[in-house]
Parts: sequence; structure tokens; C-alpha cells
Amino acid sequence: MNPTPVIAIQNLTYSFGKGVLQKTVLADINLEVNRGEIVILMGPSGSGKTTLLTLIGALRSVQTGSLKVLDHELQGASKLKRIQVRSQIGFIFQTHNLLRCLTAWENVGMSLKLHQQIPPSERRERAITMLQAVGLGSQATDYPDHLSGGQKQRVAIARALVNHPPLILADEPTAALDRKTGRDVVDILQRLAKEQHCAILLVTHDNRILDIADRIVQMEDGHL
Amino acid sequence: MKFLALKSRFKARHGERPLAWAQLSHQKVRLIVAMGGITFANVLIFMQLGFRSLFTEGATALPESIAGDLFLVNPSTRFIGARGFDRIRLYQAASVRGVANSTPLYIEDGVWAYSQENISFQARIYAFNPKQQVFRIPEVTQQAVKLNLPGSLLFDRLSRSSFGPIPQQFAEKGYATAFLNQRRLAVVGLFNMGNSFFIGEGNVIMSEANYRDLFGEEALKRVGVGILTLEPGADIAAVKAGIQATVPGVEVLTHAELIAKELKFQESTPAGPIFSFGAIMGFVIGVVVVYQVLYADISDHLSEYATLKAIGYSDLALLRVILQEALLLGILGFAPGWVTSFFMYGLLAHITRLELVMRLDVAVTVLILTLIMCVASAAIASNKLRSADPADVF
Repeated sequence: MNPTPVIAIQNLTYSFGKGVLQKTVLADINLEVNRGEIVILMGPSGSGKTTLLTLIGALRSVQTGSLKVLDHELQGASKLKRIQVRSQIGFIFQTHNLLRCLTAWENVGMSLKLHQQIPPSERRERAITMLQAVGLGSQATDYPDHLSGGQKQRVAIARALVNHPPLILADEPTAALDRKTGRDVVDILQRLAKEQHCAILLVTHDNRILDIADRIVQMEDGHL
Repeated sequence: MKFLALKSRFKARHGERPLAWAQLSHQKVRLIVAMGGITFANVLIFMQLGFRSLFTEGATALPESIAGDLFLVNPSTRFIGARGFDRIRLYQAASVRGVANSTPLYIEDGVWAYSQENISFQARIYAFNPKQQVFRIPEVTQQAVKLNLPGSLLFDRLSRSSFGPIPQQFAEKGYATAFLNQRRLAVVGLFNMGNSFFIGEGNVIMSEANYRDLFGEEALKRVGVGILTLEPGADIAAVKAGIQATVPGVEVLTHAELIAKELKFQESTPAGPIFSFGAIMGFVIGVVVVYQVLYADISDHLSEYATLKAIGYSDLALLRVILQEALLLGILGFAPGWVTSFFMYGLLAHITRLELVMRLDVAVTVLILTLIMCVASAAIASNKLRSADPADVF
């Protein structure tokens, strides 16, 4: 096992705007997430949760402080480096964000395409195996428009997990779902994460799913 | 069948459609509208280029049909045969060192009528000594001896159809007659030469003797083109300089210069630029259409592209998708555009009796223009792609 944490944050500060309009969203954050650990990040709207998530996901440049994700220092990282880091992270979004023109398995395949070492001939098989794991084996050739909200979110989970990433970042994955489907989705997420020994950082408002967490972190006004 | 086999093999190997094609084919209506737009632009370009070739081609039909090493024309003539020069000059040029042979080609306009009841048309008459080789048209050389008959002529198959059904009649009955300057003449043979759009509508070839009968003795003193053949091994440039130095009142041209002079006249007409401009308009319309389609596609799928960026796709990879979409659109739009233009050419050729043919080089030119058009549009539309911010997807 890798003894180093998948996420290591030290004194991270981030602000929007310039000059007098400058507003600090994250102040002096310190956080570590270990391999295989499920961490839920909670907090009111505007507390900086999503900004933190986009920074960890290498979607924004780090301003001050140190942010190490999967052993890559993102402080001062080039655009290319950040794209590389992103391809090793599984993302699950509030809305499913699937490509409407692609079938379920082709959507999952879009993640596989990022990894050149996977031969194209294996993509279909791998994608369908992953869809079976989220209980959608028979919907593999359906388009997103023909799937229910819960099914779409499960395809999104399959897309995030198909490459066996060491880290999953999820932003309110149950927000658009009803109680039961939301529950199903996080259960699948939890089960697969444990199987693949992958860490999850999950942002949520949803009190009903807190039980899947190994650790819960509260955030308020940019502080943990 | 072959296509299906290929498709199934493709599916068996990868089973996965390229994203560009999936994106395009997902919205069928938009795809069809886009193809329609490109087809429209293509037809426009095809028609304009077709018209342009109609007006600019055939310009060199005459000079290319004349055989010889050096050619004498009146210095003030704007196109071949517009003005003649004194035959004495031809004799003088013939005495210049290096010239082996000289022969005149007479060019006049005559009034042609298929029958006395029919309206008349301007025909171009070329007259020469049938013993001499003046035209490099094999049919003319073979039939030259027939021109010695009084009142005989050869008729150009590529003359306008308004000249009457001479070729059909000749093929059926073996002879045909028509009126030239109100004299009944016999068509003793056919040949192919063609006309430029602006000069003449039909051609006939006859002997010097018959020409004299038609226009009088004086007409033989005014030569349209003086044709010189040089001795073997003679230096064309030196002979040309020699003639220029000793013979006044003529312009001496090589074969290439003769063709260039005729082309220059044709290009002074506004047809070329007008239709080139039309073709450019078609190109611009194409760029706008493809740009609109790609822009709408990117705008509609901005969140999807942002997601792809978020999960690790580079800008370049997405730009490639847009380029592929553009090229696919170009090819998909070109095919119906070509077919439509092919039939439009046929239809217009039928109506106007002009020689509009779909030529391979024009088709290739339009295909290349279409692909450039699509890539240009993709390049403009890809600016929008940059606004897909992966940080916005959370």
C-alpha cells in the first residue's frame, strides 16, 4: 500500500477578484485524505467546498499554499501537468454531465480513451463490465435521454471508476435524485470504492448519506 | 454490401463511433440542414466556376488549331482575325533567312442561314490553300482535297445549334447545304474546333478559291494570320528578330505568344472576374453556414465539452473533434453538391446550348475549397471551445 496520502493540503489559501474586491474563499486549509478513505465535506452554501474540490481536481491553479494530489504538487503546476493529474482522478458531478450523443457504454469509454495503454478493442468489454457493476448491464447501448436520473448518475459513476482511479471527487452526487435512488447511488459508490480501494472526497448537503463516510469534515467561511 | 461489411468489421474491431460522427449524427435535422447549406454553397461555386470556364474556355480554340512556327498579325488587332494585313508583308517575311514556307490564313465574318426562311447568324469563315497544312485538325487535313470543289465548305460541329441541324443532316444524307452571304454552298465535311464565347457562334473552313468567289479578288490581299514554317534547325528567336527588323507593319508571334494574345483579349472581358467573384461569394456562404452549425454544436454541448476537459481531455483533443466534424460535414455536403451540380450543368447545357460539362479538375478544386471552407469555419468556431471552463462543471 501507498503510505503517502492521496490528498495532502497545507496552508492553502484561495481568493477571487483583485484589489479591494478581493474575497477570500479558502483560508489556511489543512487536510489529508488517505488511500481508500471516504471523506465527506459538509458546509453551507458559499463556504468554499466546491472551490476546494475544483482545486484538488486540478481544475484551477493553486494560489498560495501547498496542494499535493496523488504525489503531484499542484502549486505552480503547468497546464499540461494539471491535465495529466485530472486523467487520474474520477469525477462525479452534481448533474450527470453525460454526452447525450453517446450511448451509456460509449460515455464510459470516453474515460478509457484517455489511457493510451488500454487497447481500443478492449474498451467495449471493460465499459460493459463496469456498467454491469453498477447494475446497468442491459442498458449499455441506451442513450442518456432514455435513462432515468438515477441510471444516468450510475453511468457517471461507471465513467469515473472504470479506470480504477486512486481518487474520486464527487460534488453533491445525490442532489438531483430522490431519496431512494440517491441512497442506491451512494451505496454503489461506497461498495465499488471499497472494492477498488479508492479514496473518495464527497461534497454534500444530504444528511441521509453521511453514514457511508469514514470521516466527516465541516467547512464554514473557508475554514475547516 | 461492401459498405455494410466494412461497417460491421469496424464495429467488431472497435465497436466505438468516433465522437465527431456521434455528435453530428445525433441531431439528424441539424445534420441535414448543415449538409443542405454546404450543398447549396457547393452548387453556387460549381455554377460560377462552370460559367467562368464557359466564357474563358474556347478562347484559344482557334490559335491552338493552327499549325506553324511563327505567325504574322496586324499589330493593332485585338484578337485573331479582327484586322488583316497586306499580303505583301507575308511575301517579304517569307524571304527572311530561315523561313521555309509561308501561307496565308484568311478570316472573315459571313452571314449564315440554314435555309432562306431562317434568320441569319454571324459565321466565322477561315480560308486557306488546301495544298498547305494550316490547321492541325486531322479531320480538316483529311478532307482538304474536297475543298477544291467550287462552293464547298467544312462545317464545325461545335457551332451553335441555331446554325441548323447540319451535322445530323450530313450524317444521315451524306450532304447538306446552307446559305453564306446569300449564296448556296455545300457542306462537304465536318470538323471540331469550337468558339470562344465572345467571338463568333460557328465556324466554317473553305478554300482560297471559294473565298475569292464569295468576297472578291480584293479580299485575298488582306491576310488574317500569316503562317510561317521555318527550316529545320532554324532559331525561332533569330528569325523572329530578322522579320521584325526587315518587315514593317506586322507583329511577329510564336505559337505560344499567339495563344497568349488571344487569351489576353478574353481576359479583358468582365466575365472572368464576375464569375470568380460569384464563386468567392459561394465560398463565404459556405464558411458562414459551417461556422453556424459548429458554433451551435459547441454552444449546445458546452457543458459536455467542459466535462471532457475536466476528466482530462486537452484543448487540442477537443479541437481535433471539431475539425473532424467540419471535415465530415464538408465531405457529406460535397457529395450531394456535386451530384446536384452535375444535373444542373446538364439542364443548363440543354437550355442554353452552351457547353457546360462537369470537369474533374473543377470538381477537385471545389472539393478542396469545401474542405478549406470547413477547416476555416472550425478554426473560427473553436474560439468558443476555449470558453468551456472545466472549473464550471462543479
